[in-house]
Amino acid sequence: MLALDRVSKRFGGLAVLEDVSFAVPAGSVFGLIGPNGAGKTTVFNLVTGLLAPSSGSITLNDQALVGRRPHRITRLGVARTFQNIRVFKGLTLRDNVIVGMHSHLGYGVPQWLFSLPAFRAREARAVERAEELLSWVGLPGRGDAVAQDLSYGDQRKLELARALATEPRLLLLDEPVAGMNSGEKQELMVEIGNIAARGYTILLIEHDMRFVMGLCSRIAVLNFGRIIAEGSPETIRSDPAVIEAYLGRDE
Amino acid sequence: MDTLDTLWAVYGNLVLTIGINALLALSIWLTLSCGLLAMANAAFMGLGAYAGALLTMRAGVPFPVALAGGMALPALVALVIGLPTLRLSGVYLAMATLGFGEVVRIGLINADSLTGGALGLNAIPQLTRWWHVVLALVVVLLVLWRMRRSRVGRAFEAIREDETAASLMGIGVMSHKMLAFCLGAAVAGLAGVLGAHLTFFIGPGEFGFERSVDILTMAILGGIGSLAGPVLGAAIITLLPELLRAFHDFRTMLNGAILVLIVLFLPNGLWDPARIRSWFVRRRPSGAAATPAGRP
Repeated sequence: MLALDRVSKRFGGLAVLEDVSFAVPAGSVFGLIGPNGAGKTTVFNLVTGLLAPSSGSITLNDQALVGRRPHRITRLGVARTFQNIRVFKGLTLRDNVIVGMHSHLGYGVPQWLFSLPAFRAREARAVERAEELLSWVGLPGRGDAVAQDLSYGDQRKLELARALATEPRLLLLDEPVAGMNSGEKQELMVEIGNIAARGYTILLIEHDMRFVMGLCSRIAVLNFGRIIAEGSPETIRSDPAVIEAYLGRDE
Repeated sequence: MDTLDTLWAVYGNLVLTIGINALLALSIWLTLSCGLLAMANAAFMGLGAYAGALLTMRAGVPFPVALAGGMALPALVALVIGLPTLRLSGVYLAMATLGFGEVVRIGLINADSLTGGALGLNAIPQLTRWWHVVLALVVVLLVLWRMRRSRVGRAFEAIREDETAASLMGIGVMSHKMLAFCLGAAVAGLAGVLGAHLTFFIGPGEFGFERSVDILTMAILGGIGSLAGPVLGAAIITLLPELLRAFHDFRTMLNGAILVLIVLFLPNGLWDPARIRSWFVRRRPSGAAATPAGRP
């Protein structure tokens, strides 16, 4: 579904990514792991159009993503969450999620100006769908709460619901369980598993190895801007280059 | 009836000025609701006022046509200057738009064959009736009220909260900012045409820096969390100097002091539904149980 082909990104003289290539098969849960500063979030920023690669190509179902603006890429079916949570803090949970449906509401100026039936039907559908998505991520019936009143973990869940509202085919999750306790992690792992089972393709960045090994069918390891290993969780776990990157080498 | 007529003769102009100022406050509310601190609204008002006045005086067109022209010109100009400036954020946008305002003011002074230069335009026909102002305000309020409840209004809020996250929700950030900017310019232009045909005279000095700050003050003072806020702010900013007439020379000082106090103690503006609700909720239990004990 998503394919990166020899993607490089340089900030001035600093090469953050060098010849990164990997492919996320449709329907899979793909893990992108690596030490801090390896360039994982940069990969997400390139895929979502927030940054442009210095070279290389990124395609979604053979459509080129490079050069498209972020909102266009979202409309092609890519959604993401952020490592440093970026919910709309002043809005209610329901409005946060409905903002995600922006390009799918599909009514025009006369409809909202005169509150025509088409407008009201779409808005009612959106409210229903928002409640449904909130329950998917474990926040059922909380639509009226304001986002800034939520706990850290719940804000991550809200971001996930908001990303799902854009009707993505590919979901990019940037450290979805960072800062959560083990109970919350377990809970979210189950919820992400359920979301994957509904047919979404997921690419996730995570440090928590148990989480990654438990969820992902394929894993790529990024170290200093290069892919050093790619494969099933079992092969990654025993790969000497990966062990070296994480634990260092015996002198 | 006679007393009413006398009252209207004395205060009618003031009431209509409140209406026109409310339109101006709503015009800047549009960009503020998008998170944009654009200060070009006085200039847009000026463009609208001059365009409308010239249309009725020189071209002799009917008033509705002048109104349409006075809205279209600033909206078009907004489209052109918005392309480069709306990429700026925060104070940089404010500086760029204030600079544009100065360009308009100086342009109006120098194009004296058309605009009368520093002397301004005189003897503009008084075509604005009280119901024109009321109708304009009601229509603008209705449109904005409907917009807030649609995906457009939600997109504005999302952009104000977090531009990057909004773009990743599939919202075209630039196009929505441009929409807010151009609509704001059109509303400011509408206020300009109505004002010009009310006051008989317009000059370039009316549409400068001070006016820009006034417009922003009205919106911020009233509160930008709702549509009622800017209207309330406009009423206060218009009425306060009149109410303080008794203080003669100290008038502007007191005016400033009151504004400072309001901003200090009510940072979300006067009309802050959340705070008003919180009073209400806190008072009910205290009215039932705490009041007897709390009395001295």
